Amino acid sequence: MSEENNSLDPRIQRLDLPQGESTVKPNEYWGTFEVFLQEKRGKHHQHVGSLHAPDQDMALIFAKEQYGRRGRCVNMWVVKTTDIVAFQLEDEDMFATTPDKTHREAGIYKVRDRIQEYQERQKNA
Amino acid sequence: MYGGGYIHQEESTKKQPEAVVEDPAKLAEFQARIDRGEKIEPHDWMPTMYRKQLIRMIEQHAHSEIIGSLPEGTWITRAPNFKRKMALIAKVQDEIGHGHLLYTACETLGKPREQMINDLLSGKSKYSNVFNYPAVTWADVTVIGFLIDAAAIVNQLANSKGSYGPYCRALERICAEEAFHLKQGHDAFVFLATGTQQQRDMLQAAVNRWYKPIIHFFGPSDKESVHSEQLMRWKVKMASNDDMRNQFFDMYVPKVREVGIDFPDPNLKKDPETGKWSFSDPDWDEFYEVIKGNGPCNAERLAVRKWAEETGLWVRQALATPYTKTTVPLA
Ligand SMILES: [Fe+2]
Ligand SMILES: [Fe+2]
Repeated sequence: MSEENNSLDPRIQRLDLPQGESTVKPNEYWGTFEVFLQEKRGKHHQHVGSLHAPDQDMALIFAKEQYGRRGRCVNMWVVKTTDIVAFQLEDEDMFATTPDKTHREAGIYKVRDRIQEYQERQKNA
Repeated sequence: MYGGGYIHQEESTKKQPEAVVEDPAKLAEFQARIDRGEKIEPHDWMPTMYRKQLIRMIEQHAHSEIIGSLPEGTWITRAPNFKRKMALIAKVQDEIGHGHLLYTACETLGKPREQMINDLLSGKSKYSNVFNYPAVTWADVTVIGFLIDAAAIVNQLANSKGSYGPYCRALERICAEEAFHLKQGHDAFVFLATGTQQQRDMLQAAVNRWYKPIIHFFGPSDKESVHSEQLMRWKVKMASNDDMRNQFFDMYVPKVREVGIDFPDPNLKKDPETGKWSFSDPDWDEFYEVIKGNGPCNAERLAVRKWAEETGLWVRQALATPYTKTTVPLA
């Protein structure tokens, strides 16, 4: 600190601040949790991010501070990051043909033409 | 499929050699994904340089949020009224939250949070230079809230369109909150500017103090920065330092001048032909000196940060083992 100490920070003015090196140990900030937020009743919980916490109760408290400061929220879930199971990103091609499977979609089933043709036929019979 | 964890640990333990020869096929595939506008996610293959540069960038950004709350935080107890005090508390809490969001985004690239904190405390990793200057009066807090946050928003908005998914997601959350920082800063700024002569003088003096640090904020001219082109192709860097600085002047010089305040530089002018702002030499030597640790507040910022880590230790330890029961002696 400078000799005459004219800092505006009260901690600099009044506290005995550590002089030497200071380090945190590996894992001192625990593991991580994933946070899922429900904006309103009836909506899905959605992943909004992650945070560090010592256990699930603290994770919920931190989640409220970190992800619930603004906007609508009625509920939150926290899940330990290591409990999440996911596909490998490089396997994303297994979903590539899904949009081609049009037999699973409502849009390709069209009957209007056939009905019209049938009704024409009936009329002319 | 894999079970267990989004936190990628690979590079934290082993040192990478400086020059890495990347597999050209993977490199081309990586570039093609970025060119298609797709995001890169934590477990994707990525060039070592991409990973390194992102770690450096996100980590510094995170440290800047945390250290940046110190000059403003010291004014919470001295805010001029209840409304300003509430706004300042909310803003400072947001900035700490931004730091946390960015630390977790950076961890997805393989650098543990504890290591980032240690690198900050030892002076190995840097944070934005502006926070090594003191907030001498309430008007300084006003200038930080309005203009430093404005400058940060220009940068963060650009980066939120970048290629790394977790960083973009963090930045989207951050930018939404920054809108409030900017508005409350502008409100406080206009309040002083339209007040008494004494308030106006105090504000102008603060603008004078922060002018050079604001120019420094965007970094030296791009001609001086190495790797810039490659990083732009990878969408790690989204706009050049000069372009972002120019955009800041475009947006905020009018907002400062419309209330009769001005930046203390007769050479600050916009060329109507090129649209480029020119300004006096902002003393880049000072910029490099402050980065080296010789700014007015470098030492005290780190001292306060160390104090926070050391005095917080017992809380972290207590939380880690919360169920230890007190027992009563048997006899
Ligand atoms: Fe911020
Ligand atoms: Fe901010």
